[in-house]
Amino acid sequence: MSTEASGGLTEYITHHLTHNVVQAGDGGFWSVNIDSIIVSAVTGLLFVLWFALKARKATAGVPSKGQAFVELVIEFVDGQVKDVFHGDRRFIAPLALTIFMWVFLMNAMDLLPIDLIGRAAALVGGEEFAHHFYFRAVPTADVNTTFAMSIVVFFLIIFYSIKAKGGGGFTKELFTAPFHADGTGAKIALAIPNFFLNLVEYLSKPVSLAMRLFGNMYAGELVFMLISGLMITAIGFVPGVLINAGWAIFHILIIGLQAFIFMVLTVVYISMAHEHH
Amino acid sequence: MDLNQFIALVQAYTALGVGIIIGLGAIGACIGIGIMGSKFLESAARQPELVPMLQGRMFLLAGLIDAAFLIGVAIAMFFAFANPLLSKIVAH
Repeated sequence: MSTEASGGLTEYITHHLTHNVVQAGDGGFWSVNIDSIIVSAVTGLLFVLWFALKARKATAGVPSKGQAFVELVIEFVDGQVKDVFHGDRRFIAPLALTIFMWVFLMNAMDLLPIDLIGRAAALVGGEEFAHHFYFRAVPTADVNTTFAMSIVVFFLIIFYSIKAKGGGGFTKELFTAPFHADGTGAKIALAIPNFFLNLVEYLSKPVSLAMRLFGNMYAGELVFMLISGLMITAIGFVPGVLINAGWAIFHILIIGLQAFIFMVLTVVYISMAHEHH
Repeated sequence: MDLNQFIALVQAYTALGVGIIIGLGAIGACIGIGIMGSKFLESAARQPELVPMLQGRMFLLAGLIDAAFLIGVAIAMFFAFANPLLSKIVAH
């Protein structure tokens, strides 16, 4: 009996952890997680259309509640960018706003009930179809999404570095910072350690950004799945609902916090790339 | 050893690994948050007018401190539920 239950629980969880994969070519590189792409596109469009609509209808007089909320978010993000970045904010502040709101909306998909999409699939196509239908609703719990965003941020960091220091200055700094030397012999000796330190510093930024967001969202989603799975097999409906509610309330904090951290770190890294040594 | 013994071996060591990852990560994260929180409370008592600014920085730091721990939890959960080492053995 217990092996039945644990087999069922493991199968429930592995079913919910499987992505909906579409093969766009041969091999692992071309297997596309279509569920992440669809949900991230939908949330991105939602954010853009929502804010654009409010911006178009904005009045200078007494604002409506919707406009007041959008203004609140924009002022919050602008305040954070102004604190950190001392340069021309006209590109960085909208970038920070996009990152913050988009990551927040994608993370918020975690608050949807896990079996919502499964039950909808069962309604549409029947139980057998629902058994083999996979859909993961949280794009940021997919390594591909988070790494995609952090690789773009990485390219932006390099772009702003080159813009601030020039192409030659950028490569020179790769070999001469942080250990400075005066004699030519010492310079050549220190070039390799400098380069390795710089490589680690540059590569750790996108990796840590992506893995931090992914780890938080994946762990959160997994705890939701565990609670629902245990609710079905072991602890019953009412305790399950209560524990789910408790974890969801804690997760609301994590959702907002991770979006905020991604945004602030992006702005901090770009502003660090802007300064000279 | 037959297949069942191989499977049991892999699962035993995986469970041990999962426990160590989560346990050690939790120690580091909790001590880090504790130190940071105590410094925050000290400085809040010293200069209460700075509390809003410090609170924002504190949340940022909390997220950064928890990052490595949660990455470890994600990896540990991955091994707990979709163990690739096990599927490698079962495939043979």
